Amino acid sequence: MTSEWAIEATGLEKSYGAVKVLGGVDLRVAKGSVFSLLGPNGAGKTTTVRILATLMRADVGAARVAGFDVVGERREVRRRISLTGQYAAVDEEQTGDENLRMMGRLSRLSGPQARGRARELLERFDLADAGKRRVSTYSGGMRRRLDLAAGLVDRPSVIFLDEPTTGLDPRSRQAMWQVITELVGDGVTVFLTTQYLEEADKLADRIAVIDGGTVVAEGTPAELKKRVADHRVDLVLADTQAFDIVAGILGNRVILRDPARLTLGAATDGSAAHVRALLDEVDPAHRAIRSFGLHSATLDDVFLALTGHTASTEKETAHV
Amino acid sequence: MSDTFADSRTMIGRSLRLTSRNAEALTMSLMLPIMLMLVFVYLFGGAINTGTTYVTYVTPGIILLCAGFGASMTAVSVSKDMTGGIIDRFRSRDISGAAILAGHVAASVARNLASTVLVFGVAFLIGFRPAAGLVDWLAALGILLAFILAISWLSAAAGLLAKTPEGANGFTFVVMFVPYASSAFVPVDTMPSWIRGFAENQPITPVIESIRGLLLDTPVGSTPWVALAWCGGILVVSIVASAALFKRRTS
Repeated sequence: MTSEWAIEATGLEKSYGAVKVLGGVDLRVAKGSVFSLLGPNGAGKTTTVRILATLMRADVGAARVAGFDVVGERREVRRRISLTGQYAAVDEEQTGDENLRMMGRLSRLSGPQARGRARELLERFDLADAGKRRVSTYSGGMRRRLDLAAGLVDRPSVIFLDEPTTGLDPRSRQAMWQVITELVGDGVTVFLTTQYLEEADKLADRIAVIDGGTVVAEGTPAELKKRVADHRVDLVLADTQAFDIVAGILGNRVILRDPARLTLGAATDGSAAHVRALLDEVDPAHRAIRSFGLHSATLDDVFLALTGHTASTEKETAHV
Repeated sequence: MSDTFADSRTMIGRSLRLTSRNAEALTMSLMLPIMLMLVFVYLFGGAINTGTTYVTYVTPGIILLCAGFGASMTAVSVSKDMTGGIIDRFRSRDISGAAILAGHVAASVARNLASTVLVFGVAFLIGFRPAAGLVDWLAALGILLAFILAISWLSAAAGLLAKTPEGANGFTFVVMFVPYASSAFVPVDTMPSWIRGFAENQPITPVIESIRGLLLDTPVGSTPWVALAWCGGILVVSIVASAALFKRRTS
């Protein structure tokens, strides 16, 4: 059976004891695209990935990956996917080359084939020089790249990346983004989870925002940004007193709050009429606002508008 | 099935490499036998009367203690695999639990046979003179191999049961102390009666008695069969338990 979807999930539910982690997740991912599941810690991202990657069963619901059912045709699915999790799944005491060759052998490559594939991947992921060194000497970024390479040994058609850049420094993150972008050029489907809006915005063709175990919004980055308003107007207030007064008037229309810089942001369509009306409303005496700036809405704004909290301030962890 | 066989070979290669590079465990499994040997023979041995040269009496005991302890480290390496990210990678490649555990057990057997050779070497240097012929030697090594295999699988089960590698480490201490309450270091009839019952009927005693009897060429009667029955029993129970625990751990 051929389908245009690399991943199709309907009504996925999962509970751990009394805690409901997924409350009915529906997803569709087109072949050859990059799909990002965006959400804070504990939103259900890892659980979703583990169900799709056949490592866990949903209590309710069904999913097909690469055209096969994740429960009934688990073996077929496993042959076509790779999963790179949050923890590097490579052996510290083996060299990068040995790790890749081992994965090659486990993927039924012959000895020479496995050796060739390892060399190819080490070069592609900029690890050729480090190939003969033990992984325990690698930096975080190198480890993550090796981990990703280990998942690609037998050319999967769907690649799951569970928070591929969490904990990496900005340079390693850039390098990882580069690698992920190149993957898509090969025609594979990438399903990545992230809590970084910038990452989803940069890499994904489509994004699903997940919060509290349900998908609260789905669309292209541009569509999602439109859901809030095209623009955000940032008001810089004269002093803390003015900041408090204006914040009070705006109420739940505040989508950015930065007391340190005396700045409040609100959604706007960017038209002169709307901005003028807004300024008059919150500052009738023309004294409270020192200056203002217009910005295109970011995914952060979207996230806040959709979930009622920002991605970065949500720190509670429901680790499973 | 042939996949499991090929995977087992790959996993054995992996476990052997990991073992040979784990400096801490390697030092421990090579230094411990030598230290124990010297401590027992030169520090305690003078005060212990066993009716034979003490080095001859105690060598099988040290070998057993070290093999048991070395094998029990399997628990730690299995637990490390289960708690790290690598288990997901293996599972998503459809690698069977049998292949993963076989790798650990095979590495354990290789490591402990190496430390056994070492203990024999040191024992010979300090005066161990067994009277065994070739057949007795082979029989003794066979029983030792069965013991290492049984303890390695038991440890694999313990490693699957433990929540953390640190917890799994606790198991190695249990295994390390059980031989003291056997005839490994002193004859059982010198112990208080309440512990004698345990010492005489625990699996280590028949294993040690058969190895000692075979090497010293004294009559062993049916003891080797009792020892093998114990090892076989532990092996079967451990493999069944490992299979169930692996399934539970990964579902």
